[in-house]
Amino acid sequence: MQRLLVFLMAWLLAGLAPAATLTVGSKLDSEGRLLGEIFAQKLEASGFEVERQLGLGSTSVAWQALLSGEIDVYPEYTGTLALSLLELDSTPGRPRLNRELQEVDLIALPALGFNNTYALTMKQSQAEELGIERIGDLAEHPQLRLGLSHEFIQRNDGWPGLKERYGLPFTPRGVEHGLAYEAINADRIDLTDAYSTDGDLERFQLVLLDDNLDYFPQYLALPLARASLSARAQASLSELAGLLDETRMQALNARIATQEGSFAQVAEDFLQEEGLLDAGREGQASGRKWDKLGTNLLEHLQLTLLALLLACLVGLPLAILVYRSPRLSQGVLYVAGLLQTIPSIALLALMIPLFGIGFLPAIIALFLYSLLPIVRAAITSLLTINPLLVQVSSGMGMTASEQLRHILLPLAAPNLLVGIKTAAIINIGTATLAAFIGAGGLGEPIVTGLALNDHTLVLYGAVPAALMAIITELLFNLAERRWIPAHLRGVQAKA
Amino acid sequence: MTHQSVEFSQVHKGFANQRLFEGLDLELPAQQVTALVGASGCGKSTLLQMINGLLQPDAGQVRVFGEPLDYRDLPRIRRKIGYAVQQIALFPHLTVAANIAVMARLEGWSEAAMAQRISKLFQFMYLDEALLERYPHEISGGQAQRVGLCRAMMLDPPLLLLDEAFSAVDPITRVDVHSRFQALQEAEARSVVLVTHDMQEALKLADYLVVLEPGRVLQAAVPEEVVRQPANEQVARLLEAR
Repeated sequence: MQRLLVFLMAWLLAGLAPAATLTVGSKLDSEGRLLGEIFAQKLEASGFEVERQLGLGSTSVAWQALLSGEIDVYPEYTGTLALSLLELDSTPGRPRLNRELQEVDLIALPALGFNNTYALTMKQSQAEELGIERIGDLAEHPQLRLGLSHEFIQRNDGWPGLKERYGLPFTPRGVEHGLAYEAINADRIDLTDAYSTDGDLERFQLVLLDDNLDYFPQYLALPLARASLSARAQASLSELAGLLDETRMQALNARIATQEGSFAQVAEDFLQEEGLLDAGREGQASGRKWDKLGTNLLEHLQLTLLALLLACLVGLPLAILVYRSPRLSQGVLYVAGLLQTIPSIALLALMIPLFGIGFLPAIIALFLYSLLPIVRAAITSLLTINPLLVQVSSGMGMTASEQLRHILLPLAAPNLLVGIKTAAIINIGTATLAAFIGAGGLGEPIVTGLALNDHTLVLYGAVPAALMAIITELLFNLAERRWIPAHLRGVQAKA
Repeated sequence: MTHQSVEFSQVHKGFANQRLFEGLDLELPAQQVTALVGASGCGKSTLLQMINGLLQPDAGQVRVFGEPLDYRDLPRIRRKIGYAVQQIALFPHLTVAANIAVMARLEGWSEAAMAQRISKLFQFMYLDEALLERYPHEISGGQAQRVGLCRAMMLDPPLLLLDEAFSAVDPITRVDVHSRFQALQEAEARSVVLVTHDMQEALKLADYLVVLEPGRVLQAAVPEEVVRQPANEQVARLLEAR
C-alpha cells in the first residue's frame, strides 16, 4: 500500500517536471497551430529537441508564455504585435518592431509571406441578395446580426475602431470563433470576423467583405521568439521567410479544415515540398485522427487528483483550525467563495504571470477551485456534530488530537466525503479548460475540435471527461459504502 | 491516600452575569457513593464538571485524591475519573464494543484484556454479549444506559462521576439499573459522585448526601442523619417531595 502511494505521488509530480528543450507554442486557432507545427518540424530537422505547446488559449496567453520563457517561439502577426501587444499607433516594419521588442527580450524573425488580415465575412448567397460587397455597404443594413469573437470585440485593432471608421450601427454579440461559422450556417448570425487566409471560408461558402477604407492593418505572420533563442535556431526558422503566400496558406488551412490531414501531416508535406526536410525521412505524422487520447486521459487524472489532494491537505486542516470561531470560519468561507466566482478561464489566465503556463498553474487554479466545497463541507460537518459527544469524549480523557481522529473526523466523514466528491467532479469538468494554458488533459481534443469546427474531436475529449466524472461519483459512493456505517451515510449515498 | 475523594476549597464559580458559588468549601468521602441532590439550577452538575475539569472555578481550588487539578494535564487525570451523563452520548459511529473500549484502546490495552474487562462489566450489568457488535441506535434505552456505565467504568477508575446517569429510562428499568450498579459497587468499591434531582434515588444509592440549593450547601451528612434531622426547612421539604 505504501509503495503504491509513493508510486502514485511520483507519477502525479512527474507532470510538474520542467523540460530542457526548445518549446514551440501557438495560439488556439488552427492556422497558428499549423504554423507552430511547421516551426517545430523545421527545428527538429535542424537537430533540435522540440516540445510543443500548441493551442495556448488566446493571444495574451501565448504572449505571456513567451515573456515568461515558458515557450521560446510562437507564430504571431505584425498587426497584433504592434497594435495589441506593444500598443503602438500603427504597424511599422520589422526593424522598428524589433527595436520595441528588444526591451522585453524578444525578437521578430522574418515574415513568412502572407498577410492574414482580419476581415468581416458573411454567406455568399446573402451578400449577393443584399448587394453587399464592401464593409462600407453594411451601414445600410442595420438589421444584420453580428456575432464576433471575444478577442476581436476587445482588440484595439478590432471592432471599436472598425465601428467608428465605417459608422456601423450594430451591437455585436460575443461568439467563440470556432462556433461562429456554424452559427452563420445555421442562420443564427449573419456576419462574423474571419482571418483572410481561413481555410473554412470555402467550406461554408462565405465571402470576405472588401475593407474599402483600409481600416485593417497588415497582419504578416512571423516567428516571434525570445531574443535568447540560439542563432542556429533563429537561422533555421528564418529559412521559412517568404515561403508562404496567401493562396498557399489558404490551401494548407483548407486541408486541415476538411480533415484531409493532421497538423503534423500537412506541416510535413509542406516542408518536404520546400525541400526543407531530409528526403528519405520517415513520416512520423500518423494519419490517425487523435492518437493522444491515452496521454490526455492520464494528464487529466494527474491534474484532477493532484489538485484534489492539495485541496484536502490544505482545506481540512484549515477547516479544523477555524471551525470553532464563527468569525474565522466566515472569513475563510468568504475568501474561498470569492475564488469560486472567478470564471475558470480568467483564473487560469491570472495564473500565467505568476506561474507561467502548463501543469503547475493549472494545478494551482484547480486547487483553488476545489477549496470551497471541501472547506465548506468540513466546517459545516464539524459544526453539526452533537456538542455533547465532544464534551463526553473530553470528559473521558481524550486529548485534542485523539478526539479529532477518533470522534470528530469519523463523525464529519459522511458530509466531508460528499464535499470532496463535489470538488473532484468540479475539477474533472474545469480541468478541460487547462488545455488553454498548455496543461494538456482531455481539454486538448476539445479546444482543438473547437478551433477546427470538428465536433467529433470535441467528443473525443468530452465523452471521456463525462465518463470520468460518472466513474468518480461511483467510486466515491463505493468508498462511502465501504467505510461509513449505513446509518450515518448522507442522503445521496443511500439512494 | 486521603480520606477525601474530592475537596472544594473556597471555590467561586459563576456564569455570564450570574454568580453561583461564592467561597464553597466541601469535602466528599473516598470509596463511597456521594449523591449531590437539589432542584435544577442549584449547581450540582456544575460541581460535577469542576471535578473533571470540564469547568474551571473562577477562584479557589479543586483537589482530587489530595492533588490540586492540573488543568494542563487534564487528559491524564480524566482517565482516572469515569464519566457518564444522562443523555448517555454513545458515539454513533462506533459499535457498542468500540464505544466501551475506546479509551482502553488508546491506553494500549491488549484485545484479550479488553474482552475480559467488558465481559466482567457485562455480567454485572446483565448485558448480552450479542449486543457488542451492534451500533448504539440498534439497542434499547435501558441497554444504552448500562452500556454508558460500562464505558465509564472500563478503565476501572478510582473515581466515577454520574450526571443523572440513571434518569433516561422508565422507572422499572431504573430500579433494575440501580441494583446492577449496586452489585458492581460492592465488588469494585470506588469513589462515586452522583448527581440527581431524585431524592429517593439519592437515599437509596448514596452513602453520603449533599443537599444543595443554588450556590449553597444546605446539608452534607450520611442519609440517615439527613432523614432524622433535616438541617432546615428546605431540606425537610425536599425529603417530603420524594
